[in-house]
Amino acid sequence: MIIKGKAIKYGNDVNTDVILPGRYLHLTDPEEMVKHVLEDLDPDFLKKFHIGDVVVAGRNFGCGSSREQAVMCLKYAGVGCIVAKSFARIFYRNAINQGLPVVESPDAADIIDSGDELEIDINEGFIVDKTKNLRFSFHPIPGFIKKILEAGGLIPRLKKLGEE
Amino acid sequence: MGETITEKILARAAGKRSVEAGEFIEAEVDLAMSHDNTFLVSKIFREIREKNMVWNPDRVVVVLDHRSPANSIKTAEMHKDIRGFVEIHHIKNFYDVGEGICHQVVSEKGFVYPGMLIVGTDSHTTTYGAFGAFATGIGATDMAMVWSTGRLWLKVPKTLRFNISGKPGRYVMARDIILHIISRVGVDGANYRSCEFYGDTIKGMSIDGRMCIANQAVEMGVKAAIIPPDKKTFDYLKSRVHGLFKSVYADDDAVYEKNFDFDISDLEPQVACPHKIDNVKPISRVVGLDVDQAVLGSCTNGRLEDIAIAAEILKGKTISKNVRMIVSPASRSVYLQCIEYGYIQILMKAGAVLVNPGCGPCLGIHQGVIASGERVVSSTSRNFRGRMGSPDAEIYLASPATVAASALRGKITDPREI
Ligand code: SF4
Repeated sequence: MIIKGKAIKYGNDVNTDVILPGRYLHLTDPEEMVKHVLEDLDPDFLKKFHIGDVVVAGRNFGCGSSREQAVMCLKYAGVGCIVAKSFARIFYRNAINQGLPVVESPDAADIIDSGDELEIDINEGFIVDKTKNLRFSFHPIPGFIKKILEAGGLIPRLKKLGEE
Repeated sequence: MGETITEKILARAAGKRSVEAGEFIEAEVDLAMSHDNTFLVSKIFREIREKNMVWNPDRVVVVLDHRSPANSIKTAEMHKDIRGFVEIHHIKNFYDVGEGICHQVVSEKGFVYPGMLIVGTDSHTTTYGAFGAFATGIGATDMAMVWSTGRLWLKVPKTLRFNISGKPGRYVMARDIILHIISRVGVDGANYRSCEFYGDTIKGMSIDGRMCIANQAVEMGVKAAIIPPDKKTFDYLKSRVHGLFKSVYADDDAVYEKNFDFDISDLEPQVACPHKIDNVKPISRVVGLDVDQAVLGSCTNGRLEDIAIAAEILKGKTISKNVRMIVSPASRSVYLQCIEYGYIQILMKAGAVLVNPGCGPCLGIHQGVIASGERVVSSTSRNFRGRMGSPDAEIYLASPATVAASALRGKITDPREI
């Protein structure tokens, strides 16, 4: 699984309330949800964003509530991957279950700047910053999690298992 | 090698003799709680199991509390869908609007007891750790899996031990203690960890206070927060839990990743300033800031003890005309007790607005949404930007005593001065 996109960078402790504020939690239509993604953190996010782009952030990305909608709106928007120094635990699980790749790499998260062109190889466990010509490796993701990501999430994975 | 409470509970749930931190396990869940987001869970569940039923309806609890009563047609439709779902699936542990906040209701109704493995689609599920259970928040897809199979994969967390000693001063509450701890540990200082709380401060604390500690511990990133059960726990559970349970305690030689020691004897009331919970200052450094709204409620601090202290401070007085004070008792039962003790009368006479039990203003959707440029002092759970309404508002989190004192004066006030 290889992801290519531009980096859009934020700081530490990006919480689920700024990813998708509580006032939009009643939305179920993906298109409607996407309109508000990261709205309280960066109202210009959607203007800079292209499908496949990578959100890069500091420590504790996704802290706060357990709302899976926070992952869903990032995924529906077309975020290719999230690279952070660390993730809050519920967000991390939710991202995998929704099939949104999440990578922990403190070095990469430090050095990558907004606008850098990235290439991320989930299977081999490395990130290439093509703009800076740097390569970072990260701990390979455990096999069973990789399979969930490849299937596009836990539900598609279960369906696939059912068919096999 | 000795084991922590965390390791013992997870080993039992995984059907193993012992487990080690870092190990992946598949555990059997004892209780699965969800609230208004049952709508999303059931949508995902139907995708997995079109026709099948939930694995064990008696182990599922559903509470409508987040937008309750419904604040819009959309919410009303979701609630209606949930009511249909619980009926089809014979989920009789269903609590409709007005019963209270999920964590309070689930505890009061006797669903929680020591040694359990509990999951809930809410981050503050850690609250149940106040009764010696391992309780953790999960997302909707994970919950749909639990409903299907009764099982969930987990990574056994490392355990942190917190030793808290000292007798809190007057008007220093459990909330002040946990805010102080969060400020030292940081909002991700205990990420992926389980923490266990010990010491004479915890022993001396009421069940209401312990629930506040276990509830707020999640703001340090914890997976679970556990307080070992004692006589107070058993007294609380006696009339609520039917059937036997076995309390779980750590071994004397249990291994903790880290020990934290706190002496809170000289602690003054604490306030978490915008927009992060670990941005905590002693009250002396924030007194005098004008406030537009004061909120008393939530699963963090909407219990009997919390409302009692506010009533004590506001008895026979009138809150500042510049402040809207919103009070939401955490459950129907708490509300009824407050009526019985005369607290509601006191608060109403002082000028407070009483709203029904539920999440209310904590989620920033209804019952007291705040405007841009406004400042709120609140006993609720989080001060993230936009949490209680406008992203341009400021939220200061504090104990119920501080909230009441601040409502009275119209500015952030040290309750010890009243
Ligand atoms: S009261 Fe607030 S923190 Fe507690 S469950 Fe409700 S929304 Fe969440």
